[in-house]
Amino acid sequence: MIQLRDIYKSFGGTPVIKGATLDVKEGETLAVIGRSGSGKSVLMKHMIGLLKPDSGYVLVDGVDINKLAYHELQKLRRNFGVLFQGGALFDSMNSFDNVAFPLRSFSKKSEADIKRDVLECLDMVELPDVGPKFPPELSGGMQKRVALARAIAMRPRYIMYDEPTSGLDPETSNVIDQMIKSLAVRLNVTSVVVTHDMHSVLTTADRVAFINEGRIWWVGSIPDLHECADDTLINFVRANEYQIGAGGASGNRPHQSVVPRQTN
Amino acid sequence: MTVTLPRILDPFVSLGRFALLLARAFRSVAELGRYSKNIFEQMVRIGIESIPIVALAALFSGAVTTVQTAHQLVSPFIPVSIIGAVVVPSVILELGAVVTGFLLAGRVGARIAAELGTMRVTEQIDALEAMGLNSVGYLIVPRVVAGVIMFPVLYIVACVVAIAGGIFVGHYTGEVPAGEFIAGAREFFRPFDAVFGLIKSLVFGFVITAISCYKGYYTRGGAEGVGRATTEAAVTSCVYILLADLILASTLL
Repeated sequence: MIQLRDIYKSFGGTPVIKGATLDVKEGETLAVIGRSGSGKSVLMKHMIGLLKPDSGYVLVDGVDINKLAYHELQKLRRNFGVLFQGGALFDSMNSFDNVAFPLRSFSKKSEADIKRDVLECLDMVELPDVGPKFPPELSGGMQKRVALARAIAMRPRYIMYDEPTSGLDPETSNVIDQMIKSLAVRLNVTSVVVTHDMHSVLTTADRVAFINEGRIWWVGSIPDLHECADDTLINFVRANEYQIGAGGASGNRPHQSVVPRQTN
Repeated sequence: MTVTLPRILDPFVSLGRFALLLARAFRSVAELGRYSKNIFEQMVRIGIESIPIVALAALFSGAVTTVQTAHQLVSPFIPVSIIGAVVVPSVILELGAVVTGFLLAGRVGARIAAELGTMRVTEQIDALEAMGLNSVGYLIVPRVVAGVIMFPVLYIVACVVAIAGGIFVGHYTGEVPAGEFIAGAREFFRPFDAVFGLIKSLVFGFVITAISCYKGYYTRGGAEGVGRATTEAAVTSCVYILLADLILASTLL
């Protein structure tokens, strides 16, 4: 369980997060939505201690992560898998070594076991043959999938997705969404999906947190979202209305995968 | 709350961040064993791969110094062996270390800053941290350690090549026969000069790698930011080499 309590954060004097309180419950997939620059990614980075709040605190499984010594924080972070916006694969290594990297750094497994684990992870993202390829040789979508394989290599309890579908074509986005959904079940993880893509939200999330003006403006389940009467949220969702409208206010999931996706 | 400081304090803010990064690097030295492979890799990249350009620059600076010293000392009352006695100490004391330093500020410093800067802006450094790895221990410590070890090696290469270049050019231009050059050099040789040169190169190795790592590690703002960090790494390293050179000369000599 991740708990954010009254987080404030500003950069160079500009406040970005102005008092955010949010819970990520065990086993759920929470989508954090909001406009570009609303501080979604900033909030996500607070959850793993990559950013420290100016005030407020972050509890992971009841522990205030900003009070931990650095080596304790490092240990805690091994429970997390993070998919960064651009994938953040190490371009000095091929795909296999990228996925193997956390295993080689932290597990005492033999090279043969590591190889088996890596291939299993690459299989889960449906890219069994890309091992020898270097990141620049892969398409954007493939890079994200290899990065996802790396994120799950250590079998984390939490997976954070930073804009998993941005910059991808609709079809690839659907593939990624389905992966997020199936990994949540298969690996029994708690997921946080930072996105402004409503289609992604409706496919993957159990609950939604909407950030606006630096605050958590609205939190609720997908059915609640359809009933919601908040103008700001409705306007944000309307911008994606193609998906929502056709998906139906019922939030009928099987429907949504055939709905045309709006590309940005 | 973050306090916004006036811009005039920027240099102090940078100095503080640099000091904090160094402190973190020193604390990470304990994990050195884990990253021994990286150190070796960096020693090859920073050291071995720099040998050709360092040797080339040294060859020419040794040759030019010899020719110019010969030009300045034209007098029937001065024995030509003096040329060796002037060239060799200047190479060992100053040229060997400083020419190598400037060259490596460009070659090594820019490379480190560009590499780390790109890793920063593409979130690769965040990815390392998010995995639970110490990015400073993994990226910065091996580079600085490799620099401190390899710069003295490169300095020795530079001195040997520069002196050889001086002897060669002096001999074949007829300014000073090789025997006379060497005799002059030996007569005025002081072992401490070589020690001093080694200390200089070690300090320069630290200055260049530490500054470039700092510039790269804190890069902000995409491709433009990487470009800025790279330039700043090379330029700042050069400036601090000059400063360190003066401080060392005035304290140790």
